[in-house]
Amino acid sequence: MSEYSIEFQHLTKKFGEATILNDVSFGIVKNKITTILGFSGAGKTTLMKHILGLTMPTSGDVIVLDTTINKLGDLQLREFRRNFGMVFQYAALFDFLNSYENVAFPLREFTKMTEEEIKEKVMSLLESVGISKEAAFRLPSELSGGMRKRVGLARGLALDPHIMLYDEPTSGLDPITTHMVYDLMKETHYSNVHKGFTSVIISHDIHATLKYSDYIVFMEAGRVVEHLDVESFKKSENPVIRRFLEL
Amino acid sequence: MKVMVEKKIESLGIYVTDLLNGLGDFTNFTFKTIYWTFKPPYRWKLLFEQIYFIGNKSVFIIFLTSSFTGAVFAYQIYVGMKVINADSFIGPLVTIALAKELAPVLSGLVVAGRCGAAMAAQIGSMKVTEQIDALEVMGINSYQYLAVPRILGATISMPMLSAIFLLIGYGGSWLIGTKVLMIDEVTFTSKVSDFMELGMVTEGIIKATVFGYLIGIIGTYQGFNVTGGAEGVGKGTNMAVVWGMITVLVVDFFLTSFLTQIL
Repeated sequence: MSEYSIEFQHLTKKFGEATILNDVSFGIVKNKITTILGFSGAGKTTLMKHILGLTMPTSGDVIVLDTTINKLGDLQLREFRRNFGMVFQYAALFDFLNSYENVAFPLREFTKMTEEEIKEKVMSLLESVGISKEAAFRLPSELSGGMRKRVGLARGLALDPHIMLYDEPTSGLDPITTHMVYDLMKETHYSNVHKGFTSVIISHDIHATLKYSDYIVFMEAGRVVEHLDVESFKKSENPVIRRFLEL
Repeated sequence: MKVMVEKKIESLGIYVTDLLNGLGDFTNFTFKTIYWTFKPPYRWKLLFEQIYFIGNKSVFIIFLTSSFTGAVFAYQIYVGMKVINADSFIGPLVTIALAKELAPVLSGLVVAGRCGAAMAAQIGSMKVTEQIDALEVMGINSYQYLAVPRILGATISMPMLSAIFLLIGYGGSWLIGTKVLMIDEVTFTSKVSDFMELGMVTEGIIKATVFGYLIGIIGTYQGFNVTGGAEGVGKGTNMAVVWGMITVLVVDFFLTSFLTQIL
């Protein structure tokens, strides 16, 4: 068993002439919070799409939970994706379903749970992310940005994933809500870590990253510039990172 | 001069390449939806929801369109037929026209406007707000979940709507023919049964089924191809309506040529 949940081996991705990821090799440590940091256009989102198998590499391999996912067939890949939970930039809640139904959705699709069991699980998930009973039956359009992210987190956790992915989870939120969401993410991580739980965050929020992450991967122009634990990252002499730290 | 010609050729080349890319994309989308139609899980609830939305919810507008079409058509034919003293033929003429052409084509245009647009708008807005990505991340095939029920819903609903159009349109023409234009009721209905054949109704039903499939596939394809934000959704919706209507009219011509040979 590898010490990594996710491992990139010489991953290169090209779109036409443009090289988006260039020979990326590193591992995301199991049971830890890793943030992938970088300026816009650094290749962070493309990297995340490779983790999920939504994009396939031009060359190289992506190994997730000891499975080379770029070698899986379409149906196997869909099955494999149940190992992931994801919180999208703007939560991506299904706008035709209320909060309760959004969280119940993956349970109805992938489990044989009864309606009673689903109700119990959904209400406990919503409660764990601080969504009241009353808000549980509101449509996403009737929720604030922070509440939507929390419902998104509850939905991501519904199938007890091994890896939780967050794509710019606090963009568009005020500083107080940002820290509330990060606190919740950290709490979620540590309350699930005994089940073998890894969190990967894509962000460009340097302050929150330093406060909440265990490891930081810094990317620039499709390459990994540094992959360090937080304390070493703070001391990095790399000029690009220094510039980012001084922002 | 040479530069101008080069630019024209270049822009023509780009246009042709875009067109071929679009056709390739559309063909690819069509095959994917066919493939996912036959793959489990079969989501019956979603299919019935679409049949309800496309079928039941279109009945009122079909009722309005068909009743007035039948009535107006009866009036127009009466004016021409009266000259040659053949006004008793209004019934069969209107009914045959409704069965073979007007019912499937006008139902198609109504459904393309009402439901093709809704399909593109719903799927398009899901795309720009990453809801489709959310489905894919959960391991759910978005074509199977979003496109297949809508395409099947339109394919199943359209022949039923066309049949309703035919019945109500006939009712409209009967009402005008017998109560306003004072054609004898027995003559009106007996002439209809003399001239109508099952093949005519079958032709209309086949056409409506094909139109339903095409409206479904065009509406969902436009939704999946939305890019950008609200503007992209608006553009996709517009394209779904325009292409849906054009396709109904063009395909009708070819289907008519083909079906009249075999039925």
